[in-house]
Amino acid sequence: MSGSIQDTFFEECEELLEATDEGLTAIEGGNHDPEVVNAVFRAVHSIKGGAGAFGLDELVAFAHRFETVFDEVRANRLELEQKLVQLLLRSSDHLCDLVATARDGGETDEAHHNMLIAALDEYIPEEEEDLTFEPMGLGGGGFAPAAIDLPTAPTEETYRIRFHPMKEMYGTGNEPFFLFQALKELGDLEIKLDDTELPGFDAIDVAESYLAWDLVLTTTEPRDKVEAVFEFVEGLCELSIEGDGDAEADAAALAALEAAFGAAPSVEDGEAAPAPFEQPAPAQAPEAESAPAAAPVADAAPAPKADTAKSEQRGGPKPTLRVELERVDRLINAVGELIINHSMLAQQIANLDVADMRDVETELEGFKNLARDIQEGVMSIRAQPVKPLFQRMARIVREASSATGKTCKLVTEGENTEVDKTVIERLSDPLTHILRNAVDHGIEKPEDRESGGKNKVGEIRLSASHRSGSVCIEIKDDGAGVNRPRVKQIAIDKGLIPENAELTDSEIDNLLFLPGFSTAKEVSNLSGRGVGMDVVKNAVTGLGGRINITSTPGKGSTFTIILPLTLAVMDGMVVSVADQTMVVPITSIVETMRGSDDMINNLGADGTLLSIRGNFVPICDVAGALGLEKKDDQPPGVYLLVETETGQRSALAVDDIHDQRQVVIKSLDGVCGEIAGVAAATILGDGKIAMILDPESIIAASPSAAAFDTERRMNNAVAS
Amino acid sequence: MKTKVLAIDDSRTIRNLLAATLEEAGFEYHCAVDGREGVDMYPDVAPDVVITDINMPNLDGFGVIEELRGEGINSKVPILVLTTESAAEMKARARNAGATGWITKPFDDASLIFALKRVTGAAA
Repeated sequence: MSGSIQDTFFEECEELLEATDEGLTAIEGGNHDPEVVNAVFRAVHSIKGGAGAFGLDELVAFAHRFETVFDEVRANRLELEQKLVQLLLRSSDHLCDLVATARDGGETDEAHHNMLIAALDEYIPEEEEDLTFEPMGLGGGGFAPAAIDLPTAPTEETYRIRFHPMKEMYGTGNEPFFLFQALKELGDLEIKLDDTELPGFDAIDVAESYLAWDLVLTTTEPRDKVEAVFEFVEGLCELSIEGDGDAEADAAALAALEAAFGAAPSVEDGEAAPAPFEQPAPAQAPEAESAPAAAPVADAAPAPKADTAKSEQRGGPKPTLRVELERVDRLINAVGELIINHSMLAQQIANLDVADMRDVETELEGFKNLARDIQEGVMSIRAQPVKPLFQRMARIVREASSATGKTCKLVTEGENTEVDKTVIERLSDPLTHILRNAVDHGIEKPEDRESGGKNKVGEIRLSASHRSGSVCIEIKDDGAGVNRPRVKQIAIDKGLIPENAELTDSEIDNLLFLPGFSTAKEVSNLSGRGVGMDVVKNAVTGLGGRINITSTPGKGSTFTIILPLTLAVMDGMVVSVADQTMVVPITSIVETMRGSDDMINNLGADGTLLSIRGNFVPICDVAGALGLEKKDDQPPGVYLLVETETGQRSALAVDDIHDQRQVVIKSLDGVCGEIAGVAAATILGDGKIAMILDPESIIAASPSAAAFDTERRMNNAVAS
Repeated sequence: MKTKVLAIDDSRTIRNLLAATLEEAGFEYHCAVDGREGVDMYPDVAPDVVITDINMPNLDGFGVIEELRGEGINSKVPILVLTTESAAEMKARARNAGATGWITKPFDDASLIFALKRVTGAAA
């Protein structure tokens, strides 16, 4: 069970690390407000406190140094100059790693660890340098008692104790009676009151302390346990403890015991259940989500008047509820089924032979709206702001900068844009890769930037926004832009394109996404880890999204990632192809049109082109690409103009368009293998299963597109 | 009658640890997430002993002790300071404000209970 407390600790660590990072980023940006500094200090401090409880010594030791340096800053003994801020940022990153290592196991980079410790120590004044922090490890796993072997077999000892409280002691809430009670637990105790100092009744000053006690304790416990009883009143009383055999004092053994305070009995942690309630509701639940240790600056407003302030009312974070992801997913599935169920119901009602259906239709419409509301509500549970993801990216840019000797900063926008949790998780790798690339290949060296009239510090702008049912993530750098002649040469050298290929600028830029493409002259240890941008592209496509790049020489490049809001539902166009019903994702459709014979042109043996307002786009016969047989030879009547990630347009030929609606995506994984041209499946209102098409792979399989491509290149070659 | 503990700490981990240990040991446990909430809760909970962290947002531990011992509340109950700073000056400052004793983080169950016992006499 203690695992659950440790889990809480790691969860809390995530929040604290975020707060640390947020504060440090603000500090880096020039905000040296004491409250920001305090917030970071508290966050690191809390990490240390929690880590200590679980015996995570390495983490404790590092957090302690980090915190000590911050304490110096807090006390205005250290100035937050650039070099220190950078060190603190790196330390925060390392703290992240240490937490991750403590949680997931594995190794941290020891050299890096020691380097940071040495660097932090330089900021720690001499007298503080004695960092022999003694974490009372309870054993990393949980509540295993710290087994303390007593040095020798305990022998019985008698202590004579003289205890005379000063009047100050009573002001601290210490009661002699309780101290005696604690002593009594150690052994046999005789108590004798000494009231000789007590003046006559009339002369008593109630604030004075007249009483003293003589105690005789016979115990097998070591002396320091006896002394420990009086720990809190030290300096507040006259105290003498005389043992019979005082010689035994083995300083080292005592110190060890002192540190461990005696062997801890193993305690099953009885799940932090709320205490019995005899108090008013607002503040009783120990589980009530706390304001994170380091509350945002705004939260630290002057404390409101007593008796009204409860955490909810303080303008702090809204109360939250932690729920297992699995439960949410179950709910999402059920709602998905509900929507399908609605469609089926609607269809069946429509098929009924009823004279007046208006009432039914109204109710059905209401049902539909409610189902939509529930669905959106449930989806929003899974949605999370991209902020934590973006914050992690700041670190990537920092690391990449220091590895390449460049200076750049990451500016983030739209951090509160909410995206499905899974999407966020799976975006981390592609974003990391793009950012590393941007630093490594995009941003120029500081001196080159300066001579080019740019700010020495490169800027990478990471932004997120919602754009008509999709999420748009943009990574924009102000670097050199894509070196097109070189990119093209590399592509030719690697045999990715023919030597005489004529490509538009945009096409050259998008060569970066080709498998096996890497512009790094030598494999740098940063972005060139044997994976190219094609991996990024695959990751994004895997999420049902698209990525593309635009670039202006000398000005920089922009990567744009368009993602669906959720992975569970999408807007689709229901079409029929060779008597089958299929769904095409709306996001990929640019335009739809009904074709006529005069719009169709033949190209080569089996290619056809559609002429649209003077432009030609290759026609891809969906039925043909999927290997379906058409009943008659009628040319398909409707064309869906789609755009691929490379910006190429094609016309998908289908028989007819029926509807545009939200469909619940059902994965085909585990049902059948990969089918070329099919992305997933869905269940339609009539209960039939329909395939969701993948336009990209259909176009790739189309002879027209290939013929068109060759033709265009030849034309271009002739033209030049 | 169970001994009532009001624990004030901004760290969820520490609160959970305290809750687990104290409830297991038979104390009645209440908690607050920062100093301000702790002081506000005090009259309603009417605890037998207060355990407070030092570094907290919205009123730190010293402030808690000062307010509890101050004119308005005039509390006489024992107040234990929960702190990682074992520095003598920190203890002195807390004591001057009216703290009864301290528990050094990280604490183990035995030392926590021992500390409580010395100030409340609770036979828990």
